[in-house]
Amino acid sequence: MSTNTPHLIAGVDVGGTFTDVFVLDEAAGTARVAKVPSTPANQAVGFLAGLEAGAGDLTALSTVVHGTTVGTNALLERKGAATGIITTAGFRDVLEMRRRDRPRTWGLWGQFEPVVPRDRRLEVVERTLADGTVRAAVDPEAVKAAAMRLHDLGCEAVAIVFINAYANAENERAALAAVRAVWPNDYITASHQIVPEIREFERTSTAALNAYLQPPVGRYLARLEQALGEAHSPAQVLIVQSNGGVMSVETARKVPVRTALSGPAAGVTAAAHIGSVAGYPNLITCDMGGTSFDVSLVVEGESALAAQTSIDFGLVVRSPMIEIITIGAGGGSIARVDAGGLLQVGPESAGSDPGPVCYGLGNTRPTVTDANLVLGRINADRPIGGKLDRLDVTAARQAITDHVALPLGLESAEAAAEAVIRVANAKMAGAIRVVSIERGHDPKEFVAVPFGGGGSLHAGALIREVGLKKALVPRYPGVTSALGCTIADLRQDFVETWNVLLDDLDATALRAAVDRLSEAGTKTVRGAGVTLEGLETVVELDMLYVGQTHTVAVPIDAAAGKPVDKEAVRAAFETAYAATYGRLLSGISMRLMNLRVAVVGKRPRFDLSLLAPEEGVTVEAAIRGKRDIYVDGAWHDATIVDRLALPVGARIEGPAVLEQSDTTILIEPGLVGEVDTYGNVLIGESS
Amino acid sequence: MGTIDPVTLAVLNGRLEQIADEMDATLFRSAFNPIIAEAHDASHGLYHAETGETLVQGKSGLPIFVGAMAFAVKTVIDKAARDGGLEEGDVYIFNDPYDGGTHLSDFRLVQPIFRDGKVFCYLASVGHYHDVGGNVPGNYNPAATECFQEGFLMPPVKLFEAGRFRQDVVDILQANSRLPNSLYGDLNGQINALKLGEGRLRDLLDEYGDTTVATAFEELKARAAALMRAQISSLPDGVYKAGDFLDNDGIVDVPLPLQLAITVAGDRLTLDFTGSAPACLGPVNIARSTTIAACYVAMKHVFQEVPANAGVLEPIDFVIPDGSILDARAPRPVGGYTETILRLIDLSFQALAQAAPERVNGCAYGTINALSLAGYRREDGRRWVMFSFFGGGHGGHPEGDGLNHGNAPISTATIPPLEILEAAYPVMFKQWALRADSGGPGRNRGGLGAVYEIELLEEQADAFLFGERGRYAPAGVVGGEAAALNRFTYPAGLDGGAAHPPMASKMVGIKLIQGQSVLLETPGGGGYGAPVEREPARVAEDVRLGYVSVASARDRYRVVVSEDGTLDEQATSELRAA
Repeated sequence: MSTNTPHLIAGVDVGGTFTDVFVLDEAAGTARVAKVPSTPANQAVGFLAGLEAGAGDLTALSTVVHGTTVGTNALLERKGAATGIITTAGFRDVLEMRRRDRPRTWGLWGQFEPVVPRDRRLEVVERTLADGTVRAAVDPEAVKAAAMRLHDLGCEAVAIVFINAYANAENERAALAAVRAVWPNDYITASHQIVPEIREFERTSTAALNAYLQPPVGRYLARLEQALGEAHSPAQVLIVQSNGGVMSVETARKVPVRTALSGPAAGVTAAAHIGSVAGYPNLITCDMGGTSFDVSLVVEGESALAAQTSIDFGLVVRSPMIEIITIGAGGGSIARVDAGGLLQVGPESAGSDPGPVCYGLGNTRPTVTDANLVLGRINADRPIGGKLDRLDVTAARQAITDHVALPLGLESAEAAAEAVIRVANAKMAGAIRVVSIERGHDPKEFVAVPFGGGGSLHAGALIREVGLKKALVPRYPGVTSALGCTIADLRQDFVETWNVLLDDLDATALRAAVDRLSEAGTKTVRGAGVTLEGLETVVELDMLYVGQTHTVAVPIDAAAGKPVDKEAVRAAFETAYAATYGRLLSGISMRLMNLRVAVVGKRPRFDLSLLAPEEGVTVEAAIRGKRDIYVDGAWHDATIVDRLALPVGARIEGPAVLEQSDTTILIEPGLVGEVDTYGNVLIGESS
Repeated sequence: MGTIDPVTLAVLNGRLEQIADEMDATLFRSAFNPIIAEAHDASHGLYHAETGETLVQGKSGLPIFVGAMAFAVKTVIDKAARDGGLEEGDVYIFNDPYDGGTHLSDFRLVQPIFRDGKVFCYLASVGHYHDVGGNVPGNYNPAATECFQEGFLMPPVKLFEAGRFRQDVVDILQANSRLPNSLYGDLNGQINALKLGEGRLRDLLDEYGDTTVATAFEELKARAAALMRAQISSLPDGVYKAGDFLDNDGIVDVPLPLQLAITVAGDRLTLDFTGSAPACLGPVNIARSTTIAACYVAMKHVFQEVPANAGVLEPIDFVIPDGSILDARAPRPVGGYTETILRLIDLSFQALAQAAPERVNGCAYGTINALSLAGYRREDGRRWVMFSFFGGGHGGHPEGDGLNHGNAPISTATIPPLEILEAAYPVMFKQWALRADSGGPGRNRGGLGAVYEIELLEEQADAFLFGERGRYAPAGVVGGEAAALNRFTYPAGLDGGAAHPPMASKMVGIKLIQGQSVLLETPGGGGYGAPVEREPARVAEDVRLGYVSVASARDRYRVVVSEDGTLDEQATSELRAA
């Protein structure tokens, strides 16, 4: 194959510090990784630099799949477009009133700034009732006047949200047409288009955030395409959604709110694939960063999805997303002894700047990373990430002594450092229990997959603490999200509120709705023009007993051409309910609240053995030497190993430390690390 | 008692909290009524085998229960002692509000956990049921003069006897509720939560050993007490007093004074309520245990680090006058307990503001505004009851303005979406909006309350309101001013005209016909710091956004600004200098 025939697939994950690139050449059977500094001012610059570093010849790229934080950052930093809302008279404050909550249970000092300030939320007379009856039709001229007023106020984007539009979108559609007639651009979002679901605040918030993100995300995507065009790259760009699937740039421009968790979703997707291929379809992915520890559940190779998430207090996005539990325990989490004498780790964090004490950038309070350093688990002369030349062990030890050992009355800095690690591990174990034991899963069936930089130091302790089967450290944990981009499926999700008693359900109408949504999804997915191995439609009903408010997700078999059977729906609900709560309730009617349809376009997955270690290398050659590490109250003489130099089948007994440029793997005494045929390191009990 | 290393203690602390949190989550997800499922009016925890004291309580439950549940467990301990002891597999159920209760709506399940034939500790679950009989659907009866009008009272009885489920008890409960299915569903959720908690606790005991966990209980209590003492020591010694009023008791239209004197002496606090009103005829009385629980909530809002553990109360002495409104005995009505405890929390903020102005905030809106509309469906004669609590503003604080439209300090409840209410009941909201000028003026302004206007779509209905702050507004602190009063408007008659409740914010039996509306305008929060210290540009911005009116900017902030937010600096300087 000539080099200028487009044939490379690249995954690009733009993080806060680095842009990671994973380039796959399936024909040649090779994969390359590249890491370049991110360029926050214009992410497109780092993006292109990364592609050049990874692919060399940009004209050889056929597909570029991108996990982006542009949307997430715009939300967190409140740097979206000037946005206006047009809504039903009497309800302009819905966005600001939220669901009448507060940021923290204890303490009443919360504040909230809506992304659309009050003067840019305008009302028009119109009303639809809960049963879909139009009580007052909308006047298009009034809508146009409101739109012009928003334009005069400097708004670049606009969201239209009418009360009960989920039940009947007639007024909203008329308003949308009216706004389109006068608005100077395409940055218009109507709530029924992106979340036709009951709950006005969640729908308003999602629509407003979508409008708010359309200009910045749209411009960013245009810059990317332009940059690729100028580099004469024919590559088609796909964007990772929060649900772990990918979408076309065209779709991403319309619904940028679906990119809110784009980056982390790609990582979970990759971890799910790597684990499944290695023979472990039940996984708990763990991403330990500077301030947080993110955990996600994968069952039988499928990621658990949540119906909505909050990006920040009051910034609610209702759209299916990979469910990620986040706790405040990262490498930068600060350890302290509280006034009652109890050791606490996090949620306060030194982050990555100033970062841990050992970075020498001004922080003097000890962190989890400082504790790992004092215990010899991190190599002071080879910090990961490549930002610093060496770490200051003396300063870390002093901080641990002053802030932990002395207040707790512990005899040594090592004992105090190990206490910090144990408390941090206990918190992380708690997060793993939330997604496993609390969801009714047996941890013995699950394998932890740490990715990102810090998790591999703690993985061994976590499998013991929670009782997990093993830990699997991918060969390139630092580029897991970029790798995930190259394998994610195309995906289009739909939801519709039905709100009917099961007894009154028109099964034929349900069948027709599934077909309609499935067709629309298929059109979108096929429209992306990407090679697909197959198409799959997943149908779920949100159901509950009459009187309840929380729904249970009920998967149903609605294969095309097959009638939907009411009794089968009833049985499926009872199965799902019993699995979730145990006791079924006799004599109480059931309600079907929402219909959810997902169309998934399966992309071909590459052979992960491409990543496997070269043949002919030996364990002996990979061993760098010995170093003392402190574990379980004593110093141990640990083997230090160059992880990427290990051959397939290598078996390293703890105590050992496996080092590579983007992570450090700790094998505690009594544990063993084994390299599988894909180059993953599996950590488990030695016996 | 054994010893425990500090690391195991920290780890066990997290594990125990997780058990209680998971019990909370189990009930929230499976409960039937929105007051538990959405508003999280429930709580779970682990309690001491002999004293019933709180060992650990879930973080997501209703804050007020953190202090109250210990008294409920003690009630079961005493009852069992009188009845000749407990058996493994027993679970008690009751809602007696005088023995460790709050009000009749809150049903408690208490279960001893046996180890080696002895009670190791107790698990308990409490949840607010949708309807427990009484004169008013939803049980907020502002006209009650005895608890018998508020609902049925269940003393502690066994729901499980040595593991055997007693259907007869459930039959009695269901027969006394207007919404028996809802009650049955919620009760099942509580049983699931206890089962789950028991399983998790037994796993933990097997993993760490009973002695280690028992030692951790004692240590965590000691540390909670030490933490609270350290917080108290940071306050200057002295006596700090505050007074406030309830509008009335719903029966007799006289204000009810509440008085608090906080004495800081070294590392101890005394909370003295001498001077508060005697027990009253209407339902705003609270039991002594509820008074203590309310103080706990107030302290934890100010000293957020202290855990949900009985040790926190160890350095605090209470003086609660016998026979007062804060020491209710049977059968005094207690259905409106929320209003009185909210007022106690406001008093605590006002008193502590004198000791530590940098740590407190203005009072929050101070009423849960329980509003219900009830009637019969024309199509099938089915009864419907729409019952919800409405929000208001939080107080201004040292870091900024108060939160607009927050939940009550005693709860973490979210409000149901209006679309859910409209889908479930024959009503249509005409307004769901922020209320201008409702936040108390201050250097940092109180957050805004809300305006809710509801039209009846069915032929007829009755409306009931149980609110407060109709005559005495939420106060500001450190020179901040009071928020707007609560106000309720209903049709004066069939021909229109507007009326307000004669007792300010409490009213039963309002008759509505199709097309008529009720209007609830809720208070904001009190201000923080003097309003004349607020930067004129911030006042102008408030006017531009419609949070503050031009008149209010001039009269209360002494800032001259036009309707569009244009500041007249010259006129403002002159006005502020005058």
